[in-house]
Amino acid sequence: MIRFALTAAFAALVALPVQADVDIQEITSPGGITAWLVEAPEIPIVSLELRFKGGASLDAPGKTGAINLMAGLLEEGAGDLDARGFAKARDAMAASFSFDVSRDAMSVSAQFLTETQDAAVDLLHMALVDPKFEDAALERVRSQVMSSLRSDLKDPDTIAARAFRELAFPDHPYGLPTEGTLETVEALTRDDLLSAKARVMARDRLVVSAVGDIDAETLGALLDKLVDGLPETGAPMPQDVIYDLAGGVQVVPFDTPQSVAIFGQRGIKRDDPDFFAAFILNSVVGAGGLTSRLMEEVREKRGLTYGVYSYLASFDHAEIIMGQVASANDRVAEAVDVIRAEWAKAASKGLSAEELERAKTYLTGAYPLRFDGNGRIANILAGMQLDGLGLDYIATRNDKVRAVTLEDVNRVAAELLDPENLFFVVVGQPEGLESTN
Amino acid sequence: MPRFIRQCLKALACAPFMALPALADEVTSFTLDNGMDVVVIEDHRAPVVVHMVWYRAGAADEPPGKSGIAHFTEHLMFKGTEAFPGGAFGDIVEANGGSDNAFTSWDYTGYFQRVAADRLALMMEMESDRMTGLTLTDEDVLPERNVVLEERNQRTENSPGALFGEQRLAAQYLNHPYSIPIIGWKSEIESLNREDALAFYRAKYAPNNAILVVAGDVEPQEVKALADTYYGGIPANPDLAPRARPQEPPQLAERRIAFSDPRVSQPYVSRSYLAPERDPGDQETSAALVYLAAILGGEGATSVLGEKLEFEQKSAIYSAAFYDGTRLDDTTFNLIVVPAEGVGLQVIEDAMDAVIADFMETGIDEELFESLKMQLRASAIYEKDSIQGLARKYGEALTSGLTVQDVQAWPDVLQAVTREDVMAAAEMIFDRNKAVTGWLQRAESVEVTQ
Repeated sequence: MIRFALTAAFAALVALPVQADVDIQEITSPGGITAWLVEAPEIPIVSLELRFKGGASLDAPGKTGAINLMAGLLEEGAGDLDARGFAKARDAMAASFSFDVSRDAMSVSAQFLTETQDAAVDLLHMALVDPKFEDAALERVRSQVMSSLRSDLKDPDTIAARAFRELAFPDHPYGLPTEGTLETVEALTRDDLLSAKARVMARDRLVVSAVGDIDAETLGALLDKLVDGLPETGAPMPQDVIYDLAGGVQVVPFDTPQSVAIFGQRGIKRDDPDFFAAFILNSVVGAGGLTSRLMEEVREKRGLTYGVYSYLASFDHAEIIMGQVASANDRVAEAVDVIRAEWAKAASKGLSAEELERAKTYLTGAYPLRFDGNGRIANILAGMQLDGLGLDYIATRNDKVRAVTLEDVNRVAAELLDPENLFFVVVGQPEGLESTN
Repeated sequence: MPRFIRQCLKALACAPFMALPALADEVTSFTLDNGMDVVVIEDHRAPVVVHMVWYRAGAADEPPGKSGIAHFTEHLMFKGTEAFPGGAFGDIVEANGGSDNAFTSWDYTGYFQRVAADRLALMMEMESDRMTGLTLTDEDVLPERNVVLEERNQRTENSPGALFGEQRLAAQYLNHPYSIPIIGWKSEIESLNREDALAFYRAKYAPNNAILVVAGDVEPQEVKALADTYYGGIPANPDLAPRARPQEPPQLAERRIAFSDPRVSQPYVSRSYLAPERDPGDQETSAALVYLAAILGGEGATSVLGEKLEFEQKSAIYSAAFYDGTRLDDTTFNLIVVPAEGVGLQVIEDAMDAVIADFMETGIDEELFESLKMQLRASAIYEKDSIQGLARKYGEALTSGLTVQDVQAWPDVLQAVTREDVMAAAEMIFDRNKAVTGWLQRAESVEVTQ
């Protein structure tokens, strides 16, 4: 009780939270590329983020991992430069590029000095439109990916994540590993990579953000150079899929001292009118630092884990509420029981008015603090565009959090949380847990 | 090819022609009457502040037999004081939209909050309160010890690579406590108790053993006034012991370790050499070692090891060299080589040594050296984008025996390094009698050394 009284006392000191002051311009380049720009002239650098929607989910049937391998090869020889020539040119101007693939998007991140922006964009352009995928580079990067895949087969976190998604999405690209499997990656050819690139790296699925010491006109001209030669269209997006696993436990035996458990149930769409109520609900039950209910019950009171959390995994084509915990083999069964009990309690009793207010104060206060640094802002702006959010989202997001009532959040808790259908994948030698089917 | 790039390649070194602006850190530093050091880093781009308190106390400052007590104490610092009992600290940070956490290394323990700039006073009130006001009961301590054991399970026991790293460090240091893991040996964590934590806390947590770092949208005068108010009233600990850790004797014998675990899928070879750290007013050798690591094993496509082993011989799928000089005492210079499928550990170790021997003969490519110099200059600009990163840079340096002046001189020291300096540092460092060579291998197929 003391903590709530104190919180109330301090909440009185809390003035209205600061407003995020992020001045986003939506620009359209002469060539028709739309981008979100925040001019930040204080430091002579530019952070540029590109996202191609679809990501690894656009791998062709049987070619799982092709998009991931393709992205790993973009810097390994392009235009008239081989891998070493490319690295030398990039390093000589102290630019950095990175390429990443997730199930819903392929990311291209670039950071460069304003002074070398033309040369940096020229170089990145070669990687995006004219990668060579030559044999030597392909075999070198393939062997790195295969090594990483072999390590994944003995890593309990990855084993758990893979097992969960296979069970959750047996007939959808979401069920397949983004990086592919030893068998599929072994078989990929240069033609497969060219095809993978054409499937995902197209202008019709591109979003762009830039933050830094650059103005709209300069950015527009650079973007036209950057994407010149990319195809207009790519592969069709995957179908939506319903997550409908029934509750239970799947044990994956693995000889290691601590079991890793991943759990989940059906989730909520990002554009659902109840999304913010669900978001607040989850922030009280399982998100955040030491103060969530799950952390309080599983870690603070019982010492069963170092970390336990849950989150709204609202993908583009499916929704889950997911979570994770890791406990010694002889204690993980108790951790699972406590999580189930908290799930049931939240579903039947919801949140208290106090918890709702605390969550709102935290979420609205924390939001403006995200926007400190060009790289961070550029990332957020790219994510907002992928989620289909508007330019006014930053200014209105806290109002949406504040508008959620106790009735809303508790109605959503009752409708959404489904303790009967909470499903656990447990990797390890858990004592007292057995697969339910 | 873009014209700029071609010119660079032809000239072999375009770096000297790039006029990068020198952006000095906007840093103010002072010391409170009780001996607490304060560093203020101004960044007015966003109304955010990072508030950190660093203690000159880490895992290498623990009493013998109590490994893990520095880290365990860090966990227990969240258990409350009389003024802010139980989880009130975290609740109040959260109620203010902030985030908070803590970290422990061999040379320091640090606590930080990220909040709106106008909440700085409240953070100082709470952080100064727990510098001396911690109250602990067995009900706090015992479940938290289980949490730490689960943290060790997660980070170390479940990871053969982490277990291998622990064994390597234990072999590297003959006498210095850098040989113990930060989180502690499992058998010693299991017996840590409330009295151990309070003894460590009372000995180490004092203003004259602490550094306050405030970074963000603040004015130095305002920080000074607040620091005087909240931290200035805490008396210095007159009994604070000097940080006199057991030092390394001359290392005269090469060490080799081999660790096997059925959970290993990718074997590799590591080599670590005892190496000097950055010392106040004396950072030149360390700066040369920064270049040596980048030249031998920085970017895979251009580094010496990457070029020879990954590109030419194709005997390795990954290679790297790394060096962290920000330490209070002797640090290490590290190499790692991951062999390609079908290449044995002895073969790849020999190949690595052959590359180094060849490098000692042929020296440093000028184009690569100038490119690295340019990248180091640029990194001083890029790092300004993260106030948290800047705050950490100063906190780590000051808990490692360096001064604000050393931190600010560092970019110039790096720029002054010559290729001859790097080769001299390499001559000094590559002494197998000061090195540990480690093989991480699959348990089911233990390789036999020829």
